[in-house]
Amino acid sequence: MADNPTSDMQEATPAKRKGVKRRAFLIGGVAVVGAGLFGISIADSNAAKSAKASVEAAGGHSFATWLKIGEDDSITIYSPHTDIGQGSNTGLAQMLAEELDAAWDQVRVVSAPAEPAFANVGLGRAFLADMTGQPAIINGIPQSFLSFIARQMNLQMTGGSTALRFTGRVTFQNVGAATRLALIETAAKRLDVPADELTTQDSHVIHSKSGRALRYGELAAEAATLSLDNAPKLKDPSQYRIMRQSMQRLDIPAKVDGSAQYGMDFSVPEMRVATIMAAPVRGGKLTSVDTAPALAVKGVEKVIKLDDAVAVVAKGYWPAISGLRALTPEFSDGGNGGISTASIFKAQDDLIAKGEADSTAGDGDVQAGLGEKPIEATYQVPFLHHAMMEPFALTAHFKDGKLNIWGGMQDPLATKMMAVDVSGLDADDVTFHPMMIGGSFGRRLPMYMEIVAQVTKLAMQLPYPVKLIWSREEEVAQGAYRPQSSAALQASLTKEKRITAYRNDYAQPESAESETVFPYTLPAVSRRHFAHVSNQQTGAWRSVNSTQQGFYNESFMDELAHAAGEDPVVFRRNHLKAGSRHLRVLDEVAARSGWGSPLPAGTGRGVALVESFRTIVAHVIEASVGDDGMPKVHKVTTVVDAGSIVNPDAAMAQIEGGTIMGLSSAIGEAITLENGAVQQSNLADYPLLKMAGAPLVMDIHFLNSGADMGGIGEPGVPPAAPALANALFAATGKRVRNLPILTQAKA
Amino acid sequence: MAIQTSINGKPVALAAEPDTPLLWVIREELGLTGTKFGCGVAACGACTVHVNGEPTRSCSVPVSEVAGKSITTIEGLKSADGTLHAVQQAWISAQVPQCGYCQSGQIMAAVALIEKTGSPSDAQIDEAMTNICRCGTYPRIRKAIHAATGQAAKAAKPAEGAA
Repeated sequence: MADNPTSDMQEATPAKRKGVKRRAFLIGGVAVVGAGLFGISIADSNAAKSAKASVEAAGGHSFATWLKIGEDDSITIYSPHTDIGQGSNTGLAQMLAEELDAAWDQVRVVSAPAEPAFANVGLGRAFLADMTGQPAIINGIPQSFLSFIARQMNLQMTGGSTALRFTGRVTFQNVGAATRLALIETAAKRLDVPADELTTQDSHVIHSKSGRALRYGELAAEAATLSLDNAPKLKDPSQYRIMRQSMQRLDIPAKVDGSAQYGMDFSVPEMRVATIMAAPVRGGKLTSVDTAPALAVKGVEKVIKLDDAVAVVAKGYWPAISGLRALTPEFSDGGNGGISTASIFKAQDDLIAKGEADSTAGDGDVQAGLGEKPIEATYQVPFLHHAMMEPFALTAHFKDGKLNIWGGMQDPLATKMMAVDVSGLDADDVTFHPMMIGGSFGRRLPMYMEIVAQVTKLAMQLPYPVKLIWSREEEVAQGAYRPQSSAALQASLTKEKRITAYRNDYAQPESAESETVFPYTLPAVSRRHFAHVSNQQTGAWRSVNSTQQGFYNESFMDELAHAAGEDPVVFRRNHLKAGSRHLRVLDEVAARSGWGSPLPAGTGRGVALVESFRTIVAHVIEASVGDDGMPKVHKVTTVVDAGSIVNPDAAMAQIEGGTIMGLSSAIGEAITLENGAVQQSNLADYPLLKMAGAPLVMDIHFLNSGADMGGIGEPGVPPAAPALANALFAATGKRVRNLPILTQAKA
Repeated sequence: MAIQTSINGKPVALAAEPDTPLLWVIREELGLTGTKFGCGVAACGACTVHVNGEPTRSCSVPVSEVAGKSITTIEGLKSADGTLHAVQQAWISAQVPQCGYCQSGQIMAAVALIEKTGSPSDAQIDEAMTNICRCGTYPRIRKAIHAATGQAAKAAKPAEGAA
């Protein structure tokens, strides 16, 4: 792989079609194809440097994406990200349109067929033919390179609140700005005036001296033949009129009238519907199944045995699930039949007690600082189910040597490549068509997409298209859960109520170190990871390791404050650096929440402060415990420092949703195991927060600190659980150390 | 024998087996995919439709039970000229949906609540709106219901005056 992605861009001419380097089209500095289609290099731009370093840490290069301007002034932005409802596509469009000076009502954003455009020569050809009429331009590009680029793109998409921070800031703003310059250059020539006499507004280039104006649509064809500036000057934020505005989300109208098409909704003629049951004990195999009871159900056509699962194919979902339920398949347990929630906690506790950490971070002499009698507390959190509202549904059709797959996945390339691997087909013969996604929260990441392999296996042996739908029961039983995790925390205090040393020992599959930002300045800190892996598949659950780490640290800080006999806000403040962003967020949330003011009897206030994805969030929660033992959240006051915000209302929605998801998990959610299998069966026994449990008052404030843009989709989650637990302690004097709270309320 | 019913004001004869849940008839036989499958056990409400005006979780109602009844789905909320229902408009104004998957059901539940109560209180909203939204759009759903009822009240006045 070449180190410099723009080194061969001059080769990118239609005359050299066969040998043309694909990346020259994608990331070369020249708009190489077609009227109105722009590609731009971001590799050398100043803004690219930080993100480039981040992207290139895993090897390879940054990339650009596209914009199309129609002769009718329509502006189409091809987003490489899958908008799961967080508004990232609207935000990306705002960033590009801002720098382009586009008329916002002409802007439309569509999902770039990122996977084929970057990796699949076959569909890439179709995509380009659609836009450029030059179908052969991308032949002959090494698959490995394309795969890598697409993977980078998708890693950005799924790597955690990064769409606007990386793709937007690095690529889309530059694409918009450089395109605007090309349009000005074209207009200058056509009007025969110096470029510096021209301004742009609402998709027009304006020459105010002569009162003339040209539409972007009439300039686009010629502008697209120009070289684009690799490092265009971006606007000063004071000039913004689209960014930092609460533009209505572009995806919403189709979501209120039922017209939005999710993977679940896809349909083609002759399509059959399948549903599946995998080994209830993960790691087990299908040992036997009598298929007759399913085949006796009207509408059932086939029972297909896979290595570790059995699937029923029918004319519709109802006969398919009825057929599946009629079966009594037998599965082995893969030797995992002894695993339970209790056995995992015991194993984790034993590892921590043994003290042989798999990795250690922090500084200072913690052992000395802890002294003889440190304050200690242990915490436990359970596996969590993502509970995306749309269960997995993928449709696949194998015909004439080609495999097509339709559905909603966060990483189109990985989806395709998995289907390539499973089917044994050439990459050119496999196409994935991304559709709208009904929630993900980390569940639809490439590492945990076993449904792709399943539907591919079914389609390869069926003469018709098949839509594989996971029942909710299957979703709950076969998750990629937030890990069950334990922690033992220790600290010691001086007489002056200052922490001398702080230790956080935690056991779970992976280290949380790369995500952990411990904001407090202490003489000695140690974080030790004890690796414990069970038979369960664990994955990224909205805000990833910051959920449990936020709960551990912010609960324990509260315990230390109470041990010191100091107000929890004051205690935190005394351990934060003067002038720090964290301190400002804490002070703001204390002031806005009326911290310290009287509350009704039985109601308590709790605070928590967590940084994740480079955004600092503090919640103050007012809560009580109802007669039924259920915690009741009355009010949440939130202060967020995400640096700067592209779309304030969409950002607000993310913080609202993240906070509620955090509260939901803290109050009621748990996946538990017995005999190696998940005990919960559906949403009826996996209680998610509903309207009545959501806080009636959510008072959310953003600080425009000017710091680098942080994520917004995830950081609302982590402080929610500890702020609630701390509020309940203030209300009742009972400390919550194990989640969910509901389990303890019942106990 | 075909089951006779009415969907969004149109009479239909349904060929489905009588035990098939209404949800799957709506989605697979009629091709109206705005009504969603979320859990199959009436726990989440993504499949909410109106059966004779009552909000109903269609995943758990056999189609045989709706014979002769009138069913409205999300696709049937718009007026004949394509104008969105006031609740749908309020949903856009409040920018309610995130992933959007549960929102057809939320909107159908909200429309039924408003038709029943006129201008529901927070307590009535808490009691009636039991559909799950994993994205956590509850505060905006509440806001949109309040806004929609304000709007409905205003819209009703000129009509009264005209009559």
